[in-house]
Order: sequence, then C-alpha cells, then structure tokens
Amino acid sequence: MADFEYLSPEGLRSDGRRPQELRVLSCNISHCLQADGSAYLQQGNTRVIATVYGPHDVSRRSEAQHDKAFINCQFSMATFSTSERKKRPTGDKSCLETSLALKKTFEAAILTDTYPHSKIDIFVQILQSDGSDKAVSINAITMALIDAGIPMKDYVCATSVTLINDTPIVDLNYFEERGPGPELIVGTLPKSGKIVFLQVNSRLHIDNMEKVLKEGMNGNQRVHTILDTLIKKHLEKSILT
Amino acid sequence: MLTSKTFVKKTKKGNVLKVVREHYLRDDVHCGVRDCSLCKDCPDGPSLDPSPLTHSTLCQYPHFLLPDTNICLHQIDFLEDPSVHNVILTQVVLQEVRNINPGIHRRLRDIVSNKARKFYVFSNEHHKEAYVERRENEGANDRNDRAIRACCQWYNIHLAKGLETTPPPRVILLTNDRENKRRASAAGIESYTVLEYVQSLTVSSHLLDRLATIADGEDSDKSSTRKKVYFPEHLALSVIQRGLKTGKYLQGAFRGSRENYLEGFVSIPSLEKWVLVQGLENMNRAVHDDVVAVELFPESSWTSPCGIIEADLTSNKEEEETDTAQLPAGKTSDPSLVQPTGKVVGIIKRNWRPYCGTLLPLQDMKGFRHTFVPAERRIPRIRIETRQGPNLLGKRIMVSIDAWSRLARFPSGHFVKELGPIGDRETENEVLLLEHDVPHLPFSPAVLKDLPQTPWVITDEEISKRLDLRHLSICSVDPPGCTDIDDALHYRELDNGNVEVGVHIADVSHFIRPKTALDEEASNRGTTVYLAEKRIDMVPELLSSNLCSLRSGEERLAFSVLWEMSPDDAHIVSTRFVKTVIESKESLTYAEAQMKIDDKSLRDDVTTSLRGLNSLAKILKGRRLEAGALTLASPEIRFEIDSETHDPIDLINKELKETNSLVEEFMLLANVSVAEAIYEAFPDCALLRRHPPPPTSNYDILLKAAKGKGFDLIVDSAKSLADSLEMARIPDNEYFNTLLRIMATRCMMQAVYFCSGSITYKEYHHYGLAAPIYTHFTSPIRRYSDIIVHRLLAVSIDSDVTYPLLLDKHHTQQLSNHLNHRHKMAQYAQRSSVSLHTHLFFKEKDKVEDGFVLLVRRNAIQVIIPAYGIEGSIFFDEHGQSALQYDESLLSLTVSGTKFCLFDKVVVRIAVEKKDLQTSKLALCLVSPVISGSNGVESLKAKKKKHK
Ligand SMILES: [Zn+2]
Repeated sequence: MADFEYLSPEGLRSDGRRPQELRVLSCNISHCLQADGSAYLQQGNTRVIATVYGPHDVSRRSEAQHDKAFINCQFSMATFSTSERKKRPTGDKSCLETSLALKKTFEAAILTDTYPHSKIDIFVQILQSDGSDKAVSINAITMALIDAGIPMKDYVCATSVTLINDTPIVDLNYFEERGPGPELIVGTLPKSGKIVFLQVNSRLHIDNMEKVLKEGMNGNQRVHTILDTLIKKHLEKSILT
Repeated sequence: MLTSKTFVKKTKKGNVLKVVREHYLRDDVHCGVRDCSLCKDCPDGPSLDPSPLTHSTLCQYPHFLLPDTNICLHQIDFLEDPSVHNVILTQVVLQEVRNINPGIHRRLRDIVSNKARKFYVFSNEHHKEAYVERRENEGANDRNDRAIRACCQWYNIHLAKGLETTPPPRVILLTNDRENKRRASAAGIESYTVLEYVQSLTVSSHLLDRLATIADGEDSDKSSTRKKVYFPEHLALSVIQRGLKTGKYLQGAFRGSRENYLEGFVSIPSLEKWVLVQGLENMNRAVHDDVVAVELFPESSWTSPCGIIEADLTSNKEEEETDTAQLPAGKTSDPSLVQPTGKVVGIIKRNWRPYCGTLLPLQDMKGFRHTFVPAERRIPRIRIETRQGPNLLGKRIMVSIDAWSRLARFPSGHFVKELGPIGDRETENEVLLLEHDVPHLPFSPAVLKDLPQTPWVITDEEISKRLDLRHLSICSVDPPGCTDIDDALHYRELDNGNVEVGVHIADVSHFIRPKTALDEEASNRGTTVYLAEKRIDMVPELLSSNLCSLRSGEERLAFSVLWEMSPDDAHIVSTRFVKTVIESKESLTYAEAQMKIDDKSLRDDVTTSLRGLNSLAKILKGRRLEAGALTLASPEIRFEIDSETHDPIDLINKELKETNSLVEEFMLLANVSVAEAIYEAFPDCALLRRHPPPPTSNYDILLKAAKGKGFDLIVDSAKSLADSLEMARIPDNEYFNTLLRIMATRCMMQAVYFCSGSITYKEYHHYGLAAPIYTHFTSPIRRYSDIIVHRLLAVSIDSDVTYPLLLDKHHTQQLSNHLNHRHKMAQYAQRSSVSLHTHLFFKEKDKVEDGFVLLVRRNAIQVIIPAYGIEGSIFFDEHGQSALQYDESLLSLTVSGTKFCLFDKVVVRIAVEKKDLQTSKLALCLVSPVISGSNGVESLKAKKKKHK
C-alpha cells in the first residue's frame, strides 16, 4: 500500500484545505447561564465546551494564596467524544497532565494578582474529538474567561502544527494528527507573541523547529482575529438585547 | 481566495467505527488553462494552452484530453509518449490509480512534473462546482465515472466563459468503457476510445504500437464462448480478504521457477518453506513478483519440485498444444523434501514492469501478431501486436503486459521501445541494467552543479579544522586497476610500546551534502555497479576517481579511525574517530604489497608498516574465526578486457593473497568500531547491517551432500558450522572443501541494512562475521549506506550537524529497504554481466575442462568449472536413453548405467551454441565419463545438442 497522501502536490490537504488554512471556527458564548462564563467552541469537527466559575472564595484553606488567585483547571473527554466509545474517568492520566498544563498556561495569562485569596475554576470538556483537542480547548477557555469578565493580559490562542514533506500544516484534524510528522502545539499571547503553552509530540528536528513554530504563531494570529470578531459580535448582540 | 466553506460530511463505516471527516469545497481551484479570466492564482502556473493544437480528424477543434482511470492504468505508455500534450488529469482518477497501482501513479506524476508535457491535475474533489456527491445506492465506480463526466461538463462551460479564444477549446473524454461513453454523449460530452482517437491522428502514427491491447469491456469474453478457457477465474478481492482473515488463503509474493516454467513458489512471511505451485492451471496467471493469494492443498497431497530442468524455453514449438501437458508428479519418497503445495486463487497486486526480450521468429514476420520472449526466464511469453515485425527481428525490445485473460494461454501486451541489435555489447548491457533496475543515465546538470569547483585545493581553513596526518606513511592496497580508492592504512610504533593503527576513509560526506541534487542522486543509485567491463558510478567521476580517491602523492580529506593497540595480542587500548587530511605515500596492488612484505631486503616505512599490519591482521583473523566467523567461497572471476575492442580476452580466477585479508581485517574492525559508536550516539536511528542466521531447513541439501561423502556437518551455530566445514576434507579431491563452502554460501540469508530503532539489539547479530553489531563505513565512494554512517559518526564527534531526515527512524528504515533492493539488484546485474562476458569469451573458442557435479536433478546435472568459475547444466534425454534413475535420498542420477553423484569429477566441453539469429547460449557437453548413445558425445562432432 502506498502511504496516505496528506498533502497533494497541488497543495491541498486530504480534507481540501491549504496547508496554512484553519478549519471553520465557530463559537457560542454564554450558553450556560449558571456559570460565570462559558463558551462552546467548534473547530471543524472538534467540539469543546468550557465553563468558568469565579473568582469566588477558596473552598479549602490550603488553596488560599495571599497575593493572587488560585486557578483550578479540569480537562476531560466525554465518553462519546471519540469514534470508539471508551470509559474515561476524569482521573485518566493524560487528562490530568493536560489539566495541569492548561492551569499553568492560564496562570500566565490571567492577571491573578487582582483576586488574592480567591479561586477561579475552569472546566473544559471535549464533546467531539477530531484532532487538535488541546489547542481547541485553550481557545475555548479563553472565550469562557472573557465571558466571565476575568482580566487577562491578552487572548490565549493556540494551534497545532505538523510537517508534511517539509511543508508546515496547521490545525490538524484527527488523521493528520495520527500521521507520520511530529506534532507541535503552541499557545501564545498574540499581541506580545509570548509563548504560554508549548508541547511537542515525537521528535522534531531542531532545524525544523523555527519554521514550525513560526507557522503555529501565524496560525494563532488568525485564530485571534476570528475570536476577536466573535467576541465583538457577541457584545454587540448582548447590548442590543 | 476562499469565500465559501461549505462542507459535506463523508461517513466511512469500518467494523463498528463511524468516522466523520470534513470535506472542504473551494472556489479557488484553478482550471489550469493559461489566460483564463475566471481563475486566479495557480500554484505552479497554469500548464494548459489556451488554444491547443489539434491533429485529430475526429475532433478538428482545439481540445484537451481527459482520460478516465482505466485509460491511465492501461495506456500509460500512450500518455508517456512525448507527442501527447494538453491533458487534464482529475484528482478522482489519480486517486483511483494510486490505490490500484502506485507504480503507474508515480509515472503519471513524473509526466505532470515535466512542464513541457502540459499535463494539469484538476483537484475536482474539492472544487465547489465540479464536485459530485455519491448518491444513495450508487456504486463507488459509478460515482467516480459520474465525477469524471461532471469535470468534462464543468470544463466545457467554464472554458466557453473564461477564454477569449474562438472557438473555445473543449474537453474530450477518453474512455474504453461503453456505458461511460454512452452516458457521456447523453450529457453532451465528446468521448472516444483511445484507439479511435489515436487512429484519427494525422501525425504520430507510432502511437498505435504503444497502445495496450485491451478489448472493449467484457465483450470478448462473451462473444467467444467456444474459445478454450485455460484458467479458472480469480476470486474477487473482497472474497480474498475474508479468506486471508480466516486463514483459508495465504498472501505472498509469487516467484516463478528459473528451472521450469510450469512451476512457481509463493514466499509467505509466516511459513519457513515456500509454497510450491505446480502447473499452469494452479499458477493461474500469476507472474513473477505479483502478490497473490494461495490456497494450500491438504497435507496429504503436498509434494516437492519436480526436479526437471526445462532446458530450452526458446525453441519454437507450438505451445498451445504441448503446454497443457501436466508436470510429472513429484515422485518423492523423502518426506524432508516435501513442501507445502497449493494453488493461486487470486491476484492481490500485479507487479508488472516493462520487460526486455526478443520477438520469437516466425515464418512470416509481416503479420501483426507476434510472440515476445522475455530475457528473464521467469516471465511468461507475451503476445503483442505490432506493425514493425520484420524490423524488430534480431533486436532487443521492451514490452509491457496489459492483461491476461482466462481465454489466453499467454498474457497480451504491447511494444514499448526498441533497444538495439541482439549481441551488441551496448544493447546487452542496456538490457541487463534495465532488467535489474539499475539507474544508469549520465548524471544530470543539476547533479554536476553540486560538484566542487576545479582545480580543487584544500584550504588552510579546512586543514585547521582537521587533524593533519600528511606526515604519516599511509598507503593503500587495492586490486590492480582500481581508480576509486576509498581506504588507506597506516601503522606506527608509539613511545609507550603500543602501536597506532589508522584506517583512513575518503571523506565523501564532506563533498556530498544533504538535500542537494547530488545527494539525492547518490541515494537513489545506492551503490556503484561493477560490470565486467565498466562501472556504473554512484557519484560523478570527479569525486569517485579523483577528489575522493586516496591516490598516492595527493593531499586528500579523510575520515579516520585511529586505534591504539598492543602489538602482541592486537588488544584495542583506545579508539578515536577524527576528520583528517592525509597524503598517501603509495598506492599498491595486493601483489605489490605482498612482494614488499616478502622481500626481506626492504626496510622502508611503508614496508615495515605493512609487516606490522600483517601480523596484527593475522591475530585479528584468528580471533574472528575462533568466535565462529565463516569463511565461505564463491567462485570469483575477472575478465582481462581488450582495451580497444572491449572484448574479453582472458578469464582469471580472482586469486586471494595474504594482503587481501590484511586490508579486509582492518576494514571489518573499523566497521565494527564505527557501528558501536553510532549505535551509542543514536540508539534509535543508526544505520546498521545485520546478517540473520539461516533457518536450519536451508541446510538440508548441504547436510545431505556432505553425508554422501561421509561427513557430518553441524549447523547449530556459525562456529560449529565453520569447524565442521574445516574438517570436511578429502585428500585426493582438494576442490571438495571449496565445493562444500560454495554450497554453504548458497544456504545463507542475505545480509541487510536496517535502522537500529526498528528491531531489538539481539537481532543486530551478523551471523557470517560472528559480530554482535556491524555496519558499513569503509566504502563511501561506492555505497550510499556508508555516507549515512559517515554523517552519523561525524555528528557524534561534533564535526558536523544533523538534519531532520538523518534522525528520522522511519526514513532510515525506508532508506535501508531501498538500499537492500539496490544492492541485491546490483549483485544480480554483476552476475549477468559476468555470464554475458563468459558468453562472449567462448564465442570463438571450444574448450575442454574439468568440472564437478554441484547439483543433481531428475533430468540433468549441474556442473561447476573451477577454471572459469562458470556453471551450467548437462541434460539427459529421457527418450533417447534406456533409463534415467534419480535417487533423491542419495542425490544421484544414473544415466544408462553411469552414476553421477554430487562432487563427482567430470570432463566437459564448453562452447557457444547458436541456433538461429535470435538465440545463442553457452552449452556444456559431457566428454567423460562417456555414456553410450548419449547426446553429449554426439554433440562433440555436431556441436549441437537436441534436448527434446
Ligand atoms: Zn479557469
């Protein structure tokens, strides 16, 4: 069998996108009225729901910090999110790892010193997984945090990137993610270009690092433009109603 | 620009999985025509002419051709013809071709990338307007045909709007499928079969010959019910796949037998022994190298190969009659010879390629129908139609197979090209290079551009980065006439009583940098191929014979391995790898080096170095043999070639001197040291070489042969095999031991390159050399593997940088597979070349020589002639003699009372036998022992044998 053609010589990916093209991104903000902030974000077939509670009082004393807010982050995957139905208790090791990584990311973006002695809860769940789960989660959390009115340095935007025949391609779907190339997921604060999340799966040669990273950051700029437009539209709508 | 992003969900159901994929449709896919006012931004520039020329009487307006999948698959030679321009390939067609035949897909891609050919790939599957969705209850093929027609329609409308030329070009659908054609004309699309189209051309009439002979659809099957059916039907792929899962069928590569065209084997990875397939019906149209599904017979009807060597495939007999004859059943009494036996039930993948060969001479060559005889014995004859019959007689030609119907005894094909006259050295070389897939075109300008500027000097800056060893007495020892010297040695005593030994290898990776055209070319070639009278270089001559050749008196860049050793036991105290600059003091031949060592009066530096190296080499060799390394034998001969006519004038058995082994020992040592070093630095992606131990059943013949002479060989380890081989000697037959070793060599597996990350450390073992880890480092001029190893080693000592592919495990494994293929093919090509030259050598000669029986078959004995290192079969006619008695347990054949056993000495006459213009071959005739009434004796006078 010939290898799967991830990128045709005509420059089209297997789903018809060009290498640097994102999937269709849409977002439903404030859908959950109980929460302080919420967002249902969809990038292609990857669907993520993020809810934010807080800032509120710490539930345990040990969580209290005198100079900044405590961030709690829980990442989970719905049992029906992948094509093979699996039991995924929230205590799944890789979920825990992701939770921790997301917590660190948003600690760097939220102005935590505005809320000493308090706590912010972030819950993010993958409803349908079709690649780039972590990047989409970050984008969804950003939207939910903005909806909750929690002050941040900037949007946090994230994209996944891989290399196919030396061409970087961004916003991977499930098939591309499972492909032979190394996957890099980068989350940045678009205005400053500061990196707040970076993960590389499998070996990425140092010579390719710069090119892949650059394309990821470019992707984040595009994600930023879309998210910004969506937020503005949402605000217009809520003012009108 | 992407304005709308409608997407359609495609559902693909596997077992229980439901996979949903996004499918984006775009409005920025270019139509590929220059000057189109509707389309913008074509990535590689539009390749189609706005008003293509027409030479067709059928469609006298400008048009583009749009072939369907079957045309691409079967008429690739037509599409490849340079006179065919302005063709639109749709994505749906390319994808289908890719799934069915990756080889043809590659060829199509090659055409597309050649801008002069004006082929354009239209990504219709992602085109907003040309995309069609599969309807309910619509088969995949029907949907694809509809998609192709939709493309034609879209183009016709689009071109009328977007181009200012009048009349606007139209699209012609090329299809041989009647239904598709009917629907096309109903939809207002002009469509023709390839034959109709080509016949209508006013130019390039040669195209007719290049057309594959495919009947339209299935019609020929129906109309000729009275025609004889030769073969059972092949099972459908879906049935095969189900059968493979349940284990009812097995999948493997079909290997035609070299000895008998009525036999073949299927090598199945899970079985130790190959599956035997006997008879045309059971082989069921499988061609050598095809991937097939076999069904095993019940074990009770398993048998063994018939053991009859089909002597004469080239005779002009009426096969239609005789070939339905069955093979004599393998009358085996020895259960150890029984092999799994079965039949081919279906073809999983054809691996047909263009074949070289000749036309079978007929009384009347003017007719259209001809039979093609491939040079490769394992390929069946091919029926072709050509108008050039009389022209092609006496020529080597190339032919492709198109199809093999159940109603035909032979596959049908078409003429591809003419190579040249039979017997012409150039043509014959071309044939053997083509047949063994050896890339041999001159290096392209792009490759030559990557070469260093001449005159080339080593800059001081370069010297400052390297260890300067120009003062050392370095010398090289090679076969006479060697111009690509890739290794040199030195030896000197150190103050602490130890000695320093250096192996200096040409620093080829300094010149061949990754990602250059030069690197790609070398990687593709993989190895230099040595033919009897010429060499097909892996890298251009400037490097191979000059800048990288460590010639005496020239300053050269080298990659050196330096050992500190104790002189008494050759114990390695330390090893160092370093990039150096050296100047060899002398380039010696093996004989010259030997003379220097032996000449007691010589006391110069080079000579003392050689003596020191020689004594260390003896210790190293002793230690290697102690560990169980094998010394095997294969007859190696070399031709003395006339420098003007290039005819071989003498055959020389390659003679091994002590100095051969001197150089070899240090090369082995360097390879082992380097293997350890790169494995330590890159445990996942080191390129290594391993030699798996053969399965014990491989030794069956050898054991039986030795047993016949009263020796028990022990094969449970390399060491015991080596020891017992050493013991097996017969006083009055010196050659016996060599024969045994030749046979043992043939039991061995191939040594292969692999990527260290792909298997476990235990499997790295090199059986023949008894080394736990091994690689190739010492011949970077002629092996690409060594270049990779150089790069890895250079990185590990911080003298070079990595690049992505070097550390890519999958890529290294793929490269290993590619290099293994190239090396195997190079070896075969070398062998063919030797036999071609042996043939030329004996053309005017008639020699009588001693030979030994190497193999006994039911109707023949195979004889090896040590003086020339050649082998051949002597056939005995079943009918002409009283009886042929074959004893497979003793491996003997009795012909009219004369018994031939393995290792028996015989006297044979060697001569070239020439039957007609087309065929001549090297034949052996028996001179002694004399067999009454034997054709062998007759042939002494007649110089002609009749086999059947
Ligand atoms: Zn156009």
